[in-house]
Amino acid sequence: MSRHIISILMENESGALSRVAGLFSARGYNIESLTVAPTEDSSLSRMTIVTTGSEEIIEQIKKQLNKLIDVVKLIDLTEAGHIERELALVKLRASTAVDRDELKRLADIFRGHIVDVTPESYVVELTGTGEKIDGFLEALGDRSVIEVVRSGSSGIGRGDRSLDL
Amino acid sequence: MELSGGEILIQFLKDEGVEYVFGYPGGSVLHIYDALYGQDDLKHILVRHEQAATHAADGYARATGKPGVVLVTSGPGATNAVTGVATAFMDSIPMVVITGQVPTPVIGSDAFQEVDSIGITRPCVKHNFLVKDINKLAETLKKAFYIASTGRPGPVVVDIPKDVTDPMVKIPYSYPKKVEMRSYNPVMKGHSIQLKRAADLILSAKRPMIYSGGGVVLSNASAELREFTRLLGYPITQTLMGLGAYPASDKQNVGMLGMHGTYEANMAMHECDVLIAIGARFDDRVTGKLAEFCPTARIVHIDIDPASISKNVKVDVPIVGDVKLVLEDLIKLLQESSVKPDESAKNKWWAQIDEWRGKQCLEYDRQSDVIKPQFVIETLSKLTSNGDTYVTSDVGQHQMWAAQYFQFDEPRRWINSGGLGTMGFGLPSAMGVQLAYPDATVACVTGEGSIQMCIQEMSTCKQYGLPIKIINLNNRYLGMVRQWQEFSYEERYSMSYMEALPDFQKLTEAYGHVGMKIEKRSDVEGALKEALALKDRLVFLDFITDRKENVYPMIEAGKAHHEMRMAADRELA
Repeated sequence: MSRHIISILMENESGALSRVAGLFSARGYNIESLTVAPTEDSSLSRMTIVTTGSEEIIEQIKKQLNKLIDVVKLIDLTEAGHIERELALVKLRASTAVDRDELKRLADIFRGHIVDVTPESYVVELTGTGEKIDGFLEALGDRSVIEVVRSGSSGIGRGDRSLDL
Repeated sequence: MELSGGEILIQFLKDEGVEYVFGYPGGSVLHIYDALYGQDDLKHILVRHEQAATHAADGYARATGKPGVVLVTSGPGATNAVTGVATAFMDSIPMVVITGQVPTPVIGSDAFQEVDSIGITRPCVKHNFLVKDINKLAETLKKAFYIASTGRPGPVVVDIPKDVTDPMVKIPYSYPKKVEMRSYNPVMKGHSIQLKRAADLILSAKRPMIYSGGGVVLSNASAELREFTRLLGYPITQTLMGLGAYPASDKQNVGMLGMHGTYEANMAMHECDVLIAIGARFDDRVTGKLAEFCPTARIVHIDIDPASISKNVKVDVPIVGDVKLVLEDLIKLLQESSVKPDESAKNKWWAQIDEWRGKQCLEYDRQSDVIKPQFVIETLSKLTSNGDTYVTSDVGQHQMWAAQYFQFDEPRRWINSGGLGTMGFGLPSAMGVQLAYPDATVACVTGEGSIQMCIQEMSTCKQYGLPIKIINLNNRYLGMVRQWQEFSYEERYSMSYMEALPDFQKLTEAYGHVGMKIEKRSDVEGALKEALALKDRLVFLDFITDRKENVYPMIEAGKAHHEMRMAADRELA
């Protein structure tokens, strides 16, 4: 079992997202996260799917995705150098001076920003790999976390490796 | 030319060369039916249930190779059609299904006869479209036909809201001759390096086996398959979907493989050292236990769908491409090669296969007074051996007997629901075939369970004068279910017995056709001859067969190719 980040360019048609989501549920593939948004070309959407499976399963996932009529192009980012980023917004209980200091320090260590402050709480904005965000949440422990919102991963190939037409 | 959406649809179908539309009217498609009225270039066949419309279009497509066309209304019209869409999808049959939809302003409001047809059909279509703009109608229809009939074929649903076909809204129409899609470009030619590797492997075989499937039929590659197989002199087996692509009567043919395949085909699969899979998808009914599938073989797999390759079974030499083109290239490579098949190894292999053949795994009791279902099929095959006979079937024991005992020597003559296994497919698909080939003999082999799932279509047959011969193998059981219950559930025949069967003879007569009931073996041939001679009448032959006959040989679920259960095993037990 290994983790793969699959990036897809697809026709920006209604229903395209449900074709992908339906494929994963119908065939019982794992899906860790899925993000989608239009690209610089408004006729195309870019989707990033994080999935896990054996090499055979990953191969099938890629073939089945490619088979969808709306899919124009696909790459497996994890096959070579790539950058993975996820955005997390974390609301934290921060009502005592000790907590506020500690949480500020922790956010700094992870290069997060505090983007909302009330007498009772902080909201920390953090970007990084999924692993880094996991690390931040682990370091916080359960006590101070009120709410966590994660965007799911987006990714791009390093250097001249790109997904375009 | 300014046309309304409804008129555009009809004109487009004519321009596309469509002969028949199978359908059923309703609220959302009334504009379209109005546009259909008063013209007769495009013939509409009014079925009695939308499931039958899809099966009839499917049968037409399987027999002709041209996409079948269906027109149904929104809501229940669309949901009734889904079984037929899924059937076509599983067997890769080109089909365009036009479903009406409620008007765009009320989509999503739970309007009368509204259903999310796009959502419901998404997992069982090659692609589907919702046309919200009349300006995109012709272009979308063109794409639908293009997608349905190229690459690995399949059904495409086009959902058209009622306001898009409004007779008051007219736009200029011209037939879109070409279609270009950046996201859809099926690979047709095999990769040259892979072709070379395949040729080398094929020629190095000591115990070769050719395993061909429905893809050969779909790609019209029967002639190439024959040339390829004869050139090599290797044994060939076919899947249920591939029957007829290679002549059943040819000596290199070892018959069907898989769950109810022949002993020799399955044993040869188990022992072969090189397997050449052509347009076949390693279905579980074919492979048996995957862990023991072709344990000593290296595998070449030719398929147009990359996703079929190494899906169930890992292969050594994959070739993505159209079977016809790939076989053409392979034949050339084999002819040019200085290496020739090892004759002595081949002779030894054939001697082994002949020994397996000696088991005569399809033998059955020919002396029995009670009608044996196998005997009915064998006799039908003998009486219709002119090659111009089409056999459709439903699903169950009768389907397997038809596959085993009818000699299919030509492709597109054997029409059955292999992948989905849809009971109710036989009669409506026979209608599609008979319409495509009015002068051909079309026999629908069925059982008393399956036929009742679409029996209302006898009415359609009356309306259009379709002289189908319905061969009902009536054992008063859901035979295949009963067989599994005998083998695996200690003869607990739960719900597999049908009480209160209709009098099929009278029922057929009530529909305006000829009904016959045959109860003795000695009457079988006479009845079939009589029915076949009634060229312009539908004849329903109700054969009262042996109640507990089983389909043999059989690989039970979870077993491997070399673990077949033979008819003789039952007699011993």
